[in-house]
Amino acid sequence: MLISFNTACKNKISKWRYLNEEEIGLLDAIVEQIIPTDDFPGGKWANVSNFIDKQLDTYYRKHQLAYREGLAAFEKTVIQMKGKKFEELPFAEQTSLLEKMEAEEFSGNYWKDHSPANFFDMVRQHSLQGYYGSPGHGGNREYISYRMLGLDYPNVIGQNRYNDLSWRKYNPKSPENGK
Amino acid sequence: MANKHVNAVVIGAGAGGGVVAKELATGGLTVVLFERGRWHTFDEHGDDELTSQRTFPLKCGYGPDNERNWRMAPDGKDGWKKVFPNEWSYGNNAACVGSGTVSYGAMAWRFQPEDFHLKTKYGAVPGSTLDDWPVSYYELEPYYEKAEYELGVAGDPTNDPYVPPRKNPYPMPGFSFNSEGIILEKAAKRLGLHPFPIPMLRNSVPYHGRPACIRMRTCVGFACPVGAKAGTQNTVIPVALKTGNCELRINSMVSEIIIDDKGRAKGIKYFDPDNKLREQTSDLVVVSASASETARLLLNSKSKLFPNGAGNNNGWIGRNIQDHAYTGAYGLFEEKVYDDVGPGACIALNDFNHRFADIIGGGVLCNEFIRMPYQFTSIRPSGSRMWGKDHKDFQKQYFKRHIAVHGPVQEMPVFDKKVEVDPLVKDFWGIPVARISGLRHDNDIKVAHFLADKAEKWLKEAGATRTWQAVPGKVSTPSQHQAGTCRMGNDPKTSVTNRFGQLHEIDNIFIADGSLHVNNGGYNPALTILALGYWVGGHITENWKATKMK
Repeated sequence: MLISFNTACKNKISKWRYLNEEEIGLLDAIVEQIIPTDDFPGGKWANVSNFIDKQLDTYYRKHQLAYREGLAAFEKTVIQMKGKKFEELPFAEQTSLLEKMEAEEFSGNYWKDHSPANFFDMVRQHSLQGYYGSPGHGGNREYISYRMLGLDYPNVIGQNRYNDLSWRKYNPKSPENGK
Repeated sequence: MANKHVNAVVIGAGAGGGVVAKELATGGLTVVLFERGRWHTFDEHGDDELTSQRTFPLKCGYGPDNERNWRMAPDGKDGWKKVFPNEWSYGNNAACVGSGTVSYGAMAWRFQPEDFHLKTKYGAVPGSTLDDWPVSYYELEPYYEKAEYELGVAGDPTNDPYVPPRKNPYPMPGFSFNSEGIILEKAAKRLGLHPFPIPMLRNSVPYHGRPACIRMRTCVGFACPVGAKAGTQNTVIPVALKTGNCELRINSMVSEIIIDDKGRAKGIKYFDPDNKLREQTSDLVVVSASASETARLLLNSKSKLFPNGAGNNNGWIGRNIQDHAYTGAYGLFEEKVYDDVGPGACIALNDFNHRFADIIGGGVLCNEFIRMPYQFTSIRPSGSRMWGKDHKDFQKQYFKRHIAVHGPVQEMPVFDKKVEVDPLVKDFWGIPVARISGLRHDNDIKVAHFLADKAEKWLKEAGATRTWQAVPGKVSTPSQHQAGTCRMGNDPKTSVTNRFGQLHEIDNIFIADGSLHVNNGGYNPALTILALGYWVGGHITENWKATKMK
């Protein structure tokens, strides 16, 4: 037991299930565009990428390749167009790139099985699921979307059926919740 | 070891099958009730929107599973594609003990008397197989009542001038309106309409040992945590089991009805929970597996005398599948209209059914069940940006400031709108899968526009600052309201069963589910399916006493 534990530490086993650290970095930037931070935190803080990664290892295994190839194609496209990685671009520039992707105004060099627009719509839908679905699936950290919508929970007095709740009040300025 | 012979096999423990099993078991017949799913509880699923039976991107919590069940659907390019239960084009209902009645919204509508003789009222409709039912509303009325009293319905028709005639009041008082309902009630009255509370298979007061409703937000699409919602799983099925005459066999997938050389059913084949093929012989078989799966099972039961499926020598099984062309409108408000009082849907108008000369049929209009946060992300006026700041602003601004009004348009039956079995594709057990195709009749779209206009006017009168309509197209994936694939009729050439749900061609096979519907009403069909369960089950039990179906 001890040996395998040590080996695990040395090999830096990823906290992610299917995606790798770089893919998560890019995905974080995309989900933050889909649900941006305002007076309530956005997709990144809410662990939407974690939701997607978790589903890719369970319910969404069928989408694994679409993510691997789509994220790679997206990254190459952006570097070709802007000379920089997507996550390094200013927020507004990221937004306009995603608008182009949604409108199929991307060059097709890197896109094989999935059109840019289809890929974007898949990530968009999965991001919304992650932000608004039950925290049990890995996103919607601390029921942030429910708080944003003003939905009380537990939803019936005396029937606390929500899981994974930490009742800290969200404070966008606290270092823990930093962007 | 071989299974012991029983009097009746009932296939599918949903609305129809649950009632029939209870009628037969209490009538003294020995019964095995087959269910491909299993028991479910609220605690197993909680209030998780992503695996509910309403929005199900991850899975359909109340079955069936994606691992063993799939269908074929048109791919839009003259071919077929494989679809899974949690995709819209599959057309799922549910698969568990109680089936759709575990997680439904539990509206308890009786069809209108006119719905049982549409052809007489409106004449033949070109392009439709529209016909009269072989049973009238007035014959079915006592069976509607039996369903209302045995399962428990709360309703108050005092303010509904168009309520189908009823001998006795509802067993429970109607539900109060939530804040949407209060706003809509005032607006409807100003328009000269007649709003009233939706009758519900849900306890407004304690009833038959089950408590009153606790007004959950997560009601439709979910099991009830306290059992206030009546399904067959917490009413008639326990009664059937208590007789000692009925055995419920869950996780058991029926693959075929065995037809002997004389052309009668002698039992069924099924895959047991260990996926072993077994037989269960019986004197009679009742199929209540939903309009799509009932048709699939009959079509898959081929024999010498019935090479095209059991009872299908006239080729009508699987034809005329219907659903409801849901139509309506959304309205945005300046003030909060949301009070978190579930299930949301509470107020109805019966004003738009059979009362307009140029409109065939019609449908009831109701406010919609609570739209959960993820579901709400797709509710936008056309042209809206579905992500980014626009998305988030809209969520925050309008989640509690919008109302949805919609209704089920009564569809015209179309012969080429159909369930078939795929010639090549098989499911996990090796059983040929269903494939469903065909387009809606033009009349459905016409009525949908008519009703959506009424819904939008209602919302405007209620003070909506912005409204838009949501009208369906001709593509249809019959799901929770699926009906019509084994319709009853007096003419064996143009129907599948007689007026008691007995196959014209095989006298010891009965149907008891939405498949029997000649047309599907302008209402949610659950109470009619339950009533037909009592009608068919009662007929079988009476005849059993006299003839033993021999």
